[in-house]
Amino acid sequence: MPVVEFSKVIYDAPKIAICIDRLCKQLIEVHGDFSTSVLIGLQPRGIALTQRIFSRLSSMLQKEINWSALDVSMYRDDFRHNQKYIEMYPTSISVNLDNKKVILIDDVLFTGRTIRSGLDALLDFGRPASVELLVLIQRNLSLHFPIAPTYIGKRVDTLSSQSIRVQWQEKDGIDQVILIDKKW
Amino acid sequence: MASHNAENSEQKFLSQPHLLGIKYLTAADIRLILHSAAQFKEVLQRPIKKVPSLRDLTIVNLFFENSTRTRISFELAEKRLSADIINFSASASSVNKGETLLDTINNILAMKVDMVVMRHPQAGAAMFLSQHISASIVNAGDGTHEHPTQALLDAFSLQEILGNLSGKKIAIIGDIAHSRVALSNIFCLQKLGVKVRICGPATLIPRYLEDLGVEISHNIDDTLQWCDAANVLRIQLERQHIRYFPSSREYTQYFGVNKARLDRLEKKIVIMHPGPINRGVEIDSDVADSQQSIILQQVENGVAVRMAVLYLLAERLRKH
Repeated sequence: MPVVEFSKVIYDAPKIAICIDRLCKQLIEVHGDFSTSVLIGLQPRGIALTQRIFSRLSSMLQKEINWSALDVSMYRDDFRHNQKYIEMYPTSISVNLDNKKVILIDDVLFTGRTIRSGLDALLDFGRPASVELLVLIQRNLSLHFPIAPTYIGKRVDTLSSQSIRVQWQEKDGIDQVILIDKKW
Repeated sequence: MASHNAENSEQKFLSQPHLLGIKYLTAADIRLILHSAAQFKEVLQRPIKKVPSLRDLTIVNLFFENSTRTRISFELAEKRLSADIINFSASASSVNKGETLLDTINNILAMKVDMVVMRHPQAGAAMFLSQHISASIVNAGDGTHEHPTQALLDAFSLQEILGNLSGKKIAIIGDIAHSRVALSNIFCLQKLGVKVRICGPATLIPRYLEDLGVEISHNIDDTLQWCDAANVLRIQLERQHIRYFPSSREYTQYFGVNKARLDRLEKKIVIMHPGPINRGVEIDSDVADSQQSIILQQVENGVAVRMAVLYLLAERLRKH
């Protein structure tokens, strides 16, 4: 029997914009003028969200803040474990992270394995004062590691057979979050 | 702010389980290695220049021939990837007692080694090994045949300076007949769309080389004017059992790359050399140490390129 995919939009463009606005205000409440804080987006899917947050924060604070991209492929725990090959993406952390307040950003928190790899990778760039995690979507009851995000856009209940895809205007032509269900 | 969205490689894994020579790689394989090398070069700029990818693998470096750069570069690449390593020199081993290559390697592999990096004086040694053992093999130079990682690091270094290499003109100058670097470079550059010209005395250019689709020239000044970059090769006196040219002085006069020759050109070309350099023979010191020369960048890039090769070959060694 062929697999049939059902998809449902669970977050549309206006809601994503409101959500990013709220997350930025929460970040300003904690990080003030961002003089000692750095946004770090996880490659590849955390980058678009990081860029959105960067530009929204820059316009709210009337100044450019630091943001960087981090690829965790060399730190993943599934290297050589399954048939999936790990793609490499550029890392560009130009600041020393010693004593910086780091905000790690990804689009979806599912098992927490990528974030675990990200924490390992991060420590090769210095000893941050603190590390927080920001995600647009947190999938409930799916974690494989004891990892809790500090800032959450939206929590969703999902089955492990379902998947979440975050789409962005720049890349996919539309801002939306869709839930994909496979049925046989 | 740096770019975070560089284009990814179209291919995700190597088509080959070993790196025996550039001849066996596809253009997509080469592009994947160069793309990965760029990510590893970034690792080498970090405060902690080490990643844990290969921490559960053991690599043996088998060197049946002398080497400085290649051996240190491989060893550093393996350490930066967190692999366990064993170093083996033929001069201090049972090879001197008459043990065969296969016996030596099977004994080492019995100790659970996953990858073999080998330099050997005989052409085809790496290929022979790949037909008899299951470990992943990296050819670090086999006789006068191939030196694939040197060609890859040359292409990577050229790409950093010249951008996309397709359509560029690269000259390989010097002792082509005894050079494994020349053959690997020809294969690699041609697969990336480069026009390759070979230049040197007729006695040091193998017959039928033009069958590979390269131009042949015996005029150094014309060749330097033609090319965007010149890869100057060492005169390998240790492999020359007869005299191929009357004297080193005469070779230098006709084929040596010096400042006067470069100053006569209408453009600035990139100068490369795989090392070790015979200063004052194939290249003058003021050229080797000039701004046009990328010799030390080649050495620096060697570690990143070898990390990429080892990582991509290791990725093919599945756990299940």
